Amino acid sequence: MRFIGYLSLLAFFMTLSPAFAASEKMFNAETFTLGNGLKVIVIPNHRAPVVTHMMWYKFGAADEQPGKSGVAHFLEHLMFKGTPSVPDGQFSRIVKRLGGNDNAFTTQDYTTYYQNVPRAQLETVIRMEADRMKNLTLREEEVASERQVIIEERRQRIDNQPQAKFQEQLMSALYVNHPYGLPVIGWLHEMRTLTREDAFDYYNEWYAPNNAILIVSGDVTAATLKPLAEKYYGPIPAQTLPDRTRTRPAPIVASQRLMLEDPRIGQPVIMKVWRVPRGSDAMQILAEILGGTSTSRFYKSLVVNKKLAVSVGASYDPLSLNDTTFTIYATPTPGTSPSALEAALGQEIVNVMAQGVTLEELNSAKGRISASMTYYLDSLQGPAILFGRALGSGFSVDYVENRPARIERLTIDDISHAAATIFQSEDMPVAGLLLPQEKPAEGKGEKK
Amino acid sequence: MIRTLFTCAFIFMMTAPAMAAQKVLDIKTFQTPAGITVWLVEDHSVPVVSLNFSFEGGLAYDPADKPGVARLVSILLDEGAENLGSQDFQEKLSNNAISLGFTAGRDAFFGELRTLRDNRDLAFDLLRMALASPRFDADAIERMKNANVAQIQRDQGDPSWLSARTFNGMLFEGHGYSQPGYGHLASMASITRKDLLAFTQAQFGRDVLKVSIAGDVTQAEASALIDKTFASLPEKATKLETVDATLQYPGKTILLPLDTPQTYIAVGAPGIRRDDKDWHSAVVMNFIMGGGDFDAWLMHEIREKRGLTYGVYSSLQSMKHAALLQVSLSSSNENVEQVLSIIREQWKKMADKGPSEQELKNAKAYLTGSLMLELTSTGDIAQVLNGLQRDGMDADYINRRNDMLNAVTLNDIKRIAKRLFKAADLTTVLVGKPENIKVDILLDQPPGMALPAAK
Repeated sequence: MRFIGYLSLLAFFMTLSPAFAASEKMFNAETFTLGNGLKVIVIPNHRAPVVTHMMWYKFGAADEQPGKSGVAHFLEHLMFKGTPSVPDGQFSRIVKRLGGNDNAFTTQDYTTYYQNVPRAQLETVIRMEADRMKNLTLREEEVASERQVIIEERRQRIDNQPQAKFQEQLMSALYVNHPYGLPVIGWLHEMRTLTREDAFDYYNEWYAPNNAILIVSGDVTAATLKPLAEKYYGPIPAQTLPDRTRTRPAPIVASQRLMLEDPRIGQPVIMKVWRVPRGSDAMQILAEILGGTSTSRFYKSLVVNKKLAVSVGASYDPLSLNDTTFTIYATPTPGTSPSALEAALGQEIVNVMAQGVTLEELNSAKGRISASMTYYLDSLQGPAILFGRALGSGFSVDYVENRPARIERLTIDDISHAAATIFQSEDMPVAGLLLPQEKPAEGKGEKK
Repeated sequence: MIRTLFTCAFIFMMTAPAMAAQKVLDIKTFQTPAGITVWLVEDHSVPVVSLNFSFEGGLAYDPADKPGVARLVSILLDEGAENLGSQDFQEKLSNNAISLGFTAGRDAFFGELRTLRDNRDLAFDLLRMALASPRFDADAIERMKNANVAQIQRDQGDPSWLSARTFNGMLFEGHGYSQPGYGHLASMASITRKDLLAFTQAQFGRDVLKVSIAGDVTQAEASALIDKTFASLPEKATKLETVDATLQYPGKTILLPLDTPQTYIAVGAPGIRRDDKDWHSAVVMNFIMGGGDFDAWLMHEIREKRGLTYGVYSSLQSMKHAALLQVSLSSSNENVEQVLSIIREQWKKMADKGPSEQELKNAKAYLTGSLMLELTSTGDIAQVLNGLQRDGMDADYINRRNDMLNAVTLNDIKRIAKRLFKAADLTTVLVGKPENIKVDILLDQPPGMALPAAK
């Protein structure tokens, strides 16, 4: 992310969701495609005179060449530096003067730029976003200072945080022979070597209208947006895109256990992560039933009844271009050993494999997901992010619109099948253990 | 994730009003039959209702030797009430997709309820039960204490938390604001069910209650729901004697050593109260100094020109008993000296010279143009309304605010800058392994995380 803003975008991601009546479409998004291949999605919401304008490039960290880890994210930062018509880092400043906010973020599969502005300013941000799709200029000194910024970003967000460093190691173990095993922000030693030319190489290859999705939500319709999109994005020519075939992850045949002890880990955490297929509604429901709420199976059994854990959870994010992950995690109560908690979690998995979930659990989870869809409508940027994440991960508009109907049709057997796919996978899960470490005697201080 | 510490009122102050001709928000204010004042924004476009409310007090009701009581109450109110045990109460919430949450703040205890229109009777009834008759079962207390202790232990390894804790513990030393809101290990061990009940009985009085509601509800419906929920609470909260805080350690540099590649830097000085006549000038000035724009002086000098940080922000915090102007960032240990000297230099420049006419114009353009961006969901709206009520504004203030910001002149900025940016007042709090820094006070642990030793 270019900087940490006031609203946490990521908070939206984990509660994506569906439906009104199961036959209805969720958002009634309108779509069209320009002659140069730019796909456009419009999600009208006329509550307030504001719009969200988001450009999603189908290029992410997993598309980097070996040795260039971090370049997608570096390029994201450099995209704010300037063009001949909007030079010297003026982009964000102009957005601010329009009464708007802007930012950007990079993931393994896509890079996204957005502006939230008063409706009357939509044309200006379209003009500027179209401009920087092809006209980026970079001075050597701008590149050098921004390289320092991303290194500071890595230190702040990863190197300062033992949990974040551990997560990097875990992904490396899980994604052998696949680029998801490398961190989006990059390895420090490779970040240091990234150059202006590296950034331009990727920019020239991947930033093109036929490799992008434009999503506009808020006080706008397709009829009003289309002429603006034609005017500014229309003239940018399509181009031949690089082959995006990625290596396939290698099988995980040995069981792996990773452990990190650090004085700054306050509480032990155990986790187990499986590499699993993407896009499964049933796996998401399973995660919700196992560990989504304070009435979930894990919570009831391990926190309330057996008092072995202070917190537990399960998570599955279906939106990813390649295999995604299914994660369970827990923190033991004082006096409970991590291994005892791990055994109890294992027993819960055995139980769900043997007996499946109940109809009551399934219906409650469906109801929550259905309601959270309505809550989505009660926000400006939420639906735009949902569509962007889905399309950026290679899913269709219908995949999003029809999700409520699909979820409504899920049966107990579907959930059992999902559980079997995860927990009987031939790929072994990776187990993780974070442990507090006794503090070494630190420089002795004196409080005055 | 960065923890956001600022209050809703503060967020609101960072943004701002819209077009002069058009009303920003059509706020209805009315009294219920039981005498509760309500602010309402009706919006029937999505079948959702959001309620935000607050009781003035919050952490101020924590006993001095038992910080964390208000925090425990905030995570226990939805753990069972009346005839519903913890799991039964939670199931009512989750099966009906009702979101109910409480937060213990420095000056108020906050609540937030969000529900689908069709479930609103149940949702408000659950809230009524939670406030009037929480069970505080032994089992639930134990579970939530464990969860809170786990959080405290996690926090103590988090440099940004350590920075905030050290900053608040030192600058507010001797005042209630120095207490850790989540409590500490000793207080968690000593807090009893009686303490929790004493808190709710003292705090939940209608005379300190502010209620805001937005979404798919009419005034008549809102009035009935709110009376059903709050009318049975005691008329008055227990009155508290609280005093203003004086910021401690002006001019000092305080270090809490931590073995990390970066140092967390927090610089503080006396700020300005929300009811000061120069408040709007200060808001504009703060935006120019470090309000989130890449043009902001600190961001420009420290990140854009030199790449010394990922982000640097300044903020104005107006509390009931204190006002702060704070700058915070993290930077590599070897760069701390340089970063601090840039902050001091920019601080001095703001006082000596002030911004340019163009900078003032740009800041106003953002602050007046962006308010609507903060008002796009019913939850945002209800929260902003509650903040305005707490700040003592009238319901039309939001429609006048642009004019007040636009009226700020360069001279106003210079006056307020001279008043606020006094280099001698700066307190610097560092957490990390900074190089070449002259430290006045070296700590060996974060302040306020244990009971003071008996004398």
